[in-house]
Amino acid sequence: MTAPFYVSPEQVMKDRADYARKGIARGRSLVALEGSEGITIVADNPSRTLYKISEIYDRIAFAGVGKYNEFQMLKIAGVRHADMKGFSYSRSDVNARSLANAYAQTLGQVFTHEMKPYEVEILVAQVADDPADDELFHLLYDGTVMDEEGFTVLGGRAEEIATALGERFSEGLSLAESAQLGAEILGSDDGDLEIDALEVGFLDRTAPGRAFRRIRDEELGALLG
Amino acid sequence: MNVPVDGRRSDSLCMPGAGDDPGSSFTELLRRDAPHELPGAPGGDVQQSASFVHATTVVAIRCADGVVMAGDRRATEGFSIANRRIEKVFPADAHSGVSIAGAAGPAMEMVRLFQTELEHYEKVEGEPLTLEGKANRLSQLVRANLPAAMQGLAVVPLFAGYDLDHAHGRLFRFDVTGGRYEEADYHATGSGGVHARNWVKAAWAEDLSAEAAIDLALRSLFAAADEDAATGGPDLVRKIFPNVATITADGYRAFDDDAVAQRAALLIGGREEGAPT
Repeated sequence: MTAPFYVSPEQVMKDRADYARKGIARGRSLVALEGSEGITIVADNPSRTLYKISEIYDRIAFAGVGKYNEFQMLKIAGVRHADMKGFSYSRSDVNARSLANAYAQTLGQVFTHEMKPYEVEILVAQVADDPADDELFHLLYDGTVMDEEGFTVLGGRAEEIATALGERFSEGLSLAESAQLGAEILGSDDGDLEIDALEVGFLDRTAPGRAFRRIRDEELGALLG
Repeated sequence: MNVPVDGRRSDSLCMPGAGDDPGSSFTELLRRDAPHELPGAPGGDVQQSASFVHATTVVAIRCADGVVMAGDRRATEGFSIANRRIEKVFPADAHSGVSIAGAAGPAMEMVRLFQTELEHYEKVEGEPLTLEGKANRLSQLVRANLPAAMQGLAVVPLFAGYDLDHAHGRLFRFDVTGGRYEEADYHATGSGGVHARNWVKAAWAEDLSAEAAIDLALRSLFAAADEDAATGGPDLVRKIFPNVATITADGYRAFDDDAVAQRAALLIGGREEGAPT
């Protein structure tokens, strides 16, 4: 009888984390910026139909990088969670913190128990009446949650982009300034990203009810100047 | 994934892809995970055993820019007035509205479920249903209410919206079995519906302006209130007037009470008699 092959738990976790990180590093990046008019999310996404940024609820948006089918499933699960809660209780009982907790639990569960971890990083953003109360939850493939202030970067070149963004970000940027900064920072040394390669979602601070909208085509062109 | 007994998944997510995945439908999601939240038929004969609140006359009129919807404000409970300010006209989503006549409790519940259903679909799929798709969805909700309707809790909605694909307003009425009938120009339901409909029929014309259609809707509701005890007329003392909404290419817009009061005052006083303008 042969003894089963022993792999230490540390090694298993490390392998899984490396696997997930590799998958994410291959993908394109995304930034979210809190500003005076609301929260602007800018993604490097050449597709016009396969979105990375989506609406979850009245004041909550979702964004994901990495494997499309995986963050798409997480998005749908989030919409279900929010709509179910809003229907059972009231619309104002749905909040980003509880959603981020649910995501963290699911991601953590999958990371330790499933064959392979999700190769995704996700963002749960919630806009408030007062910019100081805005919330950006950045979740990693293993369920780690980070409560970010001001801005956050997800995806392949996250560290490099975050350093560059940290030097140029300031509080109270307008929608146009946020979109411009996002497009610049996601671009390479060769220049900004073209409009065709940008996906922009916006949580409007002053909108009554559903605050999320997509900014595209002419409106985006006008914003980027 | 384990479902808690009360069906709420407050701290665990329902990931898509399981065997009986509800897809893009919120109603199916409820049916699977929280069936107790679904509107359903009560046991026993409601009509015999208890009184419940009834909401009455609502009207929808197609005009040049889209559709106008209006409803009176009275709710009755037997021969008593249960509520003088009830609302019967609701936005269904950005480009459609729903108004209700019938048992108020199940009707409100149905409207809330319908609104969530449309929003849920839009968020999961990334784009809204077509107007036709929305009407069919409502038809299924009305049909699901049939057992309750047989016990006296009937709900008959009017659904109207702006069809963005064909660029014009459309309206649908329903019967208790979920039957869906598209009306070309106008319709009114509820206990005062016949009177309101006749009034609209006499004055309706192709390409009415939105203002003219609002006036016509208000007049028809006042006429219905004149004949039908369960329909509330304009209440000048308490300043209660019908709910009015327009649905055009720009979307659903509800008029506030002051705006409706002004129009109503003109209609009641008559311009010739020096009513305030």
